[in-house]
Amino acid sequence: MMRSIISSSKRFAAGALVALAVLIVGFAALAAELPALTGRVVDDAGIIDPVTKAALIQKLADFETKGSDQIVVATINSLDGEEIEPYANRLFRFWKLGQTGENNGVLLLVAKNDRKMRIEVGYGLEGTLTDLHTKLIIENDMVPAFRAGDFSGGISKAVDDMVMVLEGNPEELEARGKRNPADNSTPIDPIVAIFLILWATMFIGGMAMAFLPPIFGTKLSPGVYKWLGMTFRYGQGPSGSSSGSSWTTSSSSGWSSGSGWSSGSSGSSWSSGSSSGGGFSGGGGSSGGGGSSGSW
Amino acid sequence: MFAQRLAPPLPFRSLPAVLMMAFMLPLLVGCGYNTIPTAEENAKAAWSEVLNQYQRRSDLIPNLVETVKGYAAHEKDTLDAVVEARAKATQITVTPETLKDPEALKKFQDAQAGLTSALSRLIAVSEAYPDLKANQNFLALQAQLEGTENRIAVARRDYILAVKDYNLTLRTFPSVLWATFWFRSNEPFANFTVDEDKMQPPKVDFGTKQGG
Repeated sequence: MMRSIISSSKRFAAGALVALAVLIVGFAALAAELPALTGRVVDDAGIIDPVTKAALIQKLADFETKGSDQIVVATINSLDGEEIEPYANRLFRFWKLGQTGENNGVLLLVAKNDRKMRIEVGYGLEGTLTDLHTKLIIENDMVPAFRAGDFSGGISKAVDDMVMVLEGNPEELEARGKRNPADNSTPIDPIVAIFLILWATMFIGGMAMAFLPPIFGTKLSPGVYKWLGMTFRYGQGPSGSSSGSSWTTSSSSGWSSGSGWSSGSSGSSWSSGSSSGGGFSGGGGSSGGGGSSGSW
Repeated sequence: MFAQRLAPPLPFRSLPAVLMMAFMLPLLVGCGYNTIPTAEENAKAAWSEVLNQYQRRSDLIPNLVETVKGYAAHEKDTLDAVVEARAKATQITVTPETLKDPEALKKFQDAQAGLTSALSRLIAVSEAYPDLKANQNFLALQAQLEGTENRIAVARRDYILAVKDYNLTLRTFPSVLWATFWFRSNEPFANFTVDEDKMQPPKVDFGTKQGG
């Protein structure tokens, strides 16, 4: 009976594992169709010249620091038979452009071999960068330039105009920027930092004093250990009365020796580990199919 | 002898069971009591978005019809067909409460499909009027209509996924346990079928390819 339960639970676990594996593989397969978000300009079709690309990246980064709006330019070779609208929406949601809650992302997508382009606007910007705006930008900026073979020029002009439209409502832009400060890792107040370090010292130091000497130190006599040049006494004698006493003596010895500070450094290394970043990633926004498409 | 050993007073004997159940209750809540209501609300929200976008489309139509009338008054049949289809489509609404009824959804779907085809005929007809095509107002309406059609497609796709999710929670383990013991009145929602919705936005060609 027991064994059958165990074996069935094992089988269940195996089944769950297989299902999980299938799920992961499935996600990977779905994700494989879409290009990775390598930066603000993802030029998979290779139609933007390097100078323009660098200028675009700079411009878009500056614009994001101003109002937290994320504009991304993507070029692909082929849609593989899919319509550009669902593809753009899928890509937008896959990259999660725009900030969470604001949904203030814009995706400018160019499919080279299909000769199609689309500006997909996140939910939050539909009111500012309307369908008509995007239509006019596509028809007036991109289509003529693309017909002349000038992809870089058309794209950068379109980006300029999109930025212009979004800046046309300065108060709203500023409010968005304030709600979503550019630096996601909020700077730690020095007072809070000192408090955290002190707290970590006490807590981790106390723990270390309680557990580490018996493990790493040399035993002088029962309940007395020597570690890092300090002597630690646990309990009062050979038969230490209770576990509670180890806490009191350990903390007192930790304080008196002052060696707790050494463990404080481990706390500070932990806090410095959080200050990473640098690469570009979507802020968690979504889109409901706003914007418009065109072809050349 | 056995009876003596195995028969403590009844309240004491059931005490472990009661305690056990008291401990299990939060565990059970933790393992999915909320799954079904959450999925249901998601599906309802997705449906509201579908309705919202269809509503937006039908709000655009009076303006569009007026604009086209100014340039192509003698396309009366086409214009009337659009107005009629719009009236029909606005009559049929599907509230979240009636989502369980596939017939209601089918009716709604048919009415909206009728409006879609009437609209695309109107747009096709307007191709013949260069003055109309150059009109700024018409251009703006075109862009909005095009955008709305695409939003409808996205909203429908989201609804399809949300309903799939909800219906799955009603039919699959372990949430099916909750469905049978607690949410007995919950029924699967009707969904758009795939052949009705090719997972693609309807083609609305405004003739921009001809250099407009």
